[in-house]
Amino acid sequence: MSDSSLQHLVASEKTPGTAKFPSFEVSSEIEAEAEKRIAQFPVEHKRSAVLPLLHIVQHKFGYISAEAIEWVAGKLELEPIKVCEVVTFYPGLRQSAPGKFHIRVCRTLSCAMGGSYELMDKLCELTGIDRSKQDSHHHPIAVSPCGNYSVEFAECLASCGTAPVCLVNDDFHEAVAPEKAVELLAKYPAEDS
Amino acid sequence: MKIEYSKPPHPREHRLIFKNVDRVGWDPSIECYINEGGYDDLKKALKMEPSKITEEVKQSGLRGRGGAGFPTGMKWTFIPPNNTKPVYLICNCDESEPGTFKDRYIVHQDPHQLIEGMIISAYAVGANTAFIYMREEFPEAAIICEKAIEDARAKGFLGKDILGTGFDLEIYVHRGAAAYICGEETGLIESLEGKRPYPRIKPPYFPAALGLYMCPTIVNNVESLCHVKHIIRMGGDEYAKLGKPRNTGTRILCVSGDVKNPGYFEIEVGKLTMRELLYEVCGGPKDGREFKAVIPGGSSSKILRCDEVFKLKNPDNSEKDLSFWDIALDFDSLAACGSMAGSGGVIVMDDSRSMSWVLNNINAFYAHESCGQCTPCREGSSWMKKISDRLVEGKASAEDLETLEQVAYQIDGRTICAFGEASSWPVEAIIAKFREELLEDTSESNSGVAHNPEAEAQRRFLIDHDSFPA
Repeated sequence: MSDSSLQHLVASEKTPGTAKFPSFEVSSEIEAEAEKRIAQFPVEHKRSAVLPLLHIVQHKFGYISAEAIEWVAGKLELEPIKVCEVVTFYPGLRQSAPGKFHIRVCRTLSCAMGGSYELMDKLCELTGIDRSKQDSHHHPIAVSPCGNYSVEFAECLASCGTAPVCLVNDDFHEAVAPEKAVELLAKYPAEDS
Repeated sequence: MKIEYSKPPHPREHRLIFKNVDRVGWDPSIECYINEGGYDDLKKALKMEPSKITEEVKQSGLRGRGGAGFPTGMKWTFIPPNNTKPVYLICNCDESEPGTFKDRYIVHQDPHQLIEGMIISAYAVGANTAFIYMREEFPEAAIICEKAIEDARAKGFLGKDILGTGFDLEIYVHRGAAAYICGEETGLIESLEGKRPYPRIKPPYFPAALGLYMCPTIVNNVESLCHVKHIIRMGGDEYAKLGKPRNTGTRILCVSGDVKNPGYFEIEVGKLTMRELLYEVCGGPKDGREFKAVIPGGSSSKILRCDEVFKLKNPDNSEKDLSFWDIALDFDSLAACGSMAGSGGVIVMDDSRSMSWVLNNINAFYAHESCGQCTPCREGSSWMKKISDRLVEGKASAEDLETLEQVAYQIDGRTICAFGEASSWPVEAIIAKFREELLEDTSESNSGVAHNPEAEAQRRFLIDHDSFPA
């Protein structure tokens, strides 16, 4: 299995965010983390470690490249397509780099009633993001030209009582009324590139 | 000792599971938990026969808090008696039913309560490995729970020979990747096996017999597993005195949307009516507004109009009227009114909300989350969204509404898992109950307009089978 055949299946494309993340590289630290996860499953079922390994990759490199898929497949003794089909299924796994700060705004009913669409508009306005080409299935993420920010609508983040809510990378923020967008972004200052 | 809260519970609440949520001076550490008698119930449980624990849980009448309301103790007994394979316990913490936000607070603020409940449950069903399937959008909770597991293991509550009883258990946190379908137990199992989470067909794949790695597997919701700990402490009979017959215990209602005080409220099941919940506990509608509709148990449950009156049957078969406001919040009462208690997510809408818009928002959710395995659901959920898109854009005709309804009824009951119902029930109910309002958003001038060839083909296929080429 060569990289080139996977390139057709993985939609990795260069984004302004690409430069904000290190290129995929296997370090001893990553190997150790992967081994720890693999050991949680019976030897004959190490395929179960697909999601944990993909999370390790995405957390460090921002997204999952064809190269990373090859590595995960190798670790778990799977055909790369078995990893690829997982990557292309889950909305939580990305095939292209987001911004340095990836903002997921909940758009489901209670948050929408609380103003999450207006919050999204405000965030786009403040970060210079154009969401006009986004769709929910294939191109959910829009990245700012500077690569510092990206936005995506998420489905129910399970905090409907404090709507509207969003995640910025791994940080959860609740009751983010649209007028609080400035305050939110101030916590994540852009870096010059 | 008086417990102080940063956000005090409402006087009508009965805090069992949420006793430590928002508690002043409380943190998720094991020291804090043990100081309050944590893991004492585990010690009690480990002195009991596993079958006795299952018996207590059955006796308690506990019904699953994830959505279906299936009796937890009975679920446990479905493990084949002559089983020789390993047994797995999975905690379903993929909380993602729109409107539901109870598990979030348990795993962030009181993880040891869940772990203790899981150890007791694993002991009862004979599992030596357990997983917490945690939704990806709870990254902090994954860290908190992993730390809690590590600390519990250091104290001898997990690992080999737990507290010298000879019982072994490992618990692992397994993170999902933002897919709603992983909350469906067989989809969850496929996901845990490292595959796309396509639900399995039942029969034969009832998890209790053929679950994870084709071994017996018990999948329970976070809140359900926490209840087990309290059932052991109180005894099944005593626990069953909470709530109502067949609807026992407490449950956490999550209220969101157009009320003055949204939030989580742990109540005895069935001890509050809709009126009491919305007016007394949640402070009524926002100023100058009136309540219009309520989704009572997560977005999949059928919507109820606030001016609705239900015809219910008395035991002697005579009929009685029940107003929306007098519905008791329990499994059976909501089912009798044609909806369900589901996951306890109550979404409230006032008279400022357009039902076309609400419908479209819900349709967008299901169109996004359908796993795509079954054709009626994959195609139907996306058709339903396209039609409601037209409705909110003012481009729909009255026929569109008819088509929408037809699509919904042709998904319902024709899919491998309950997602088919979850996606079609909201459509069926909103159209049935707000038809007049939706019709106002359609236009005569859009009648007969083929929006595109695909839409026209769908319409002909659904409404006029005879004219559709074979």
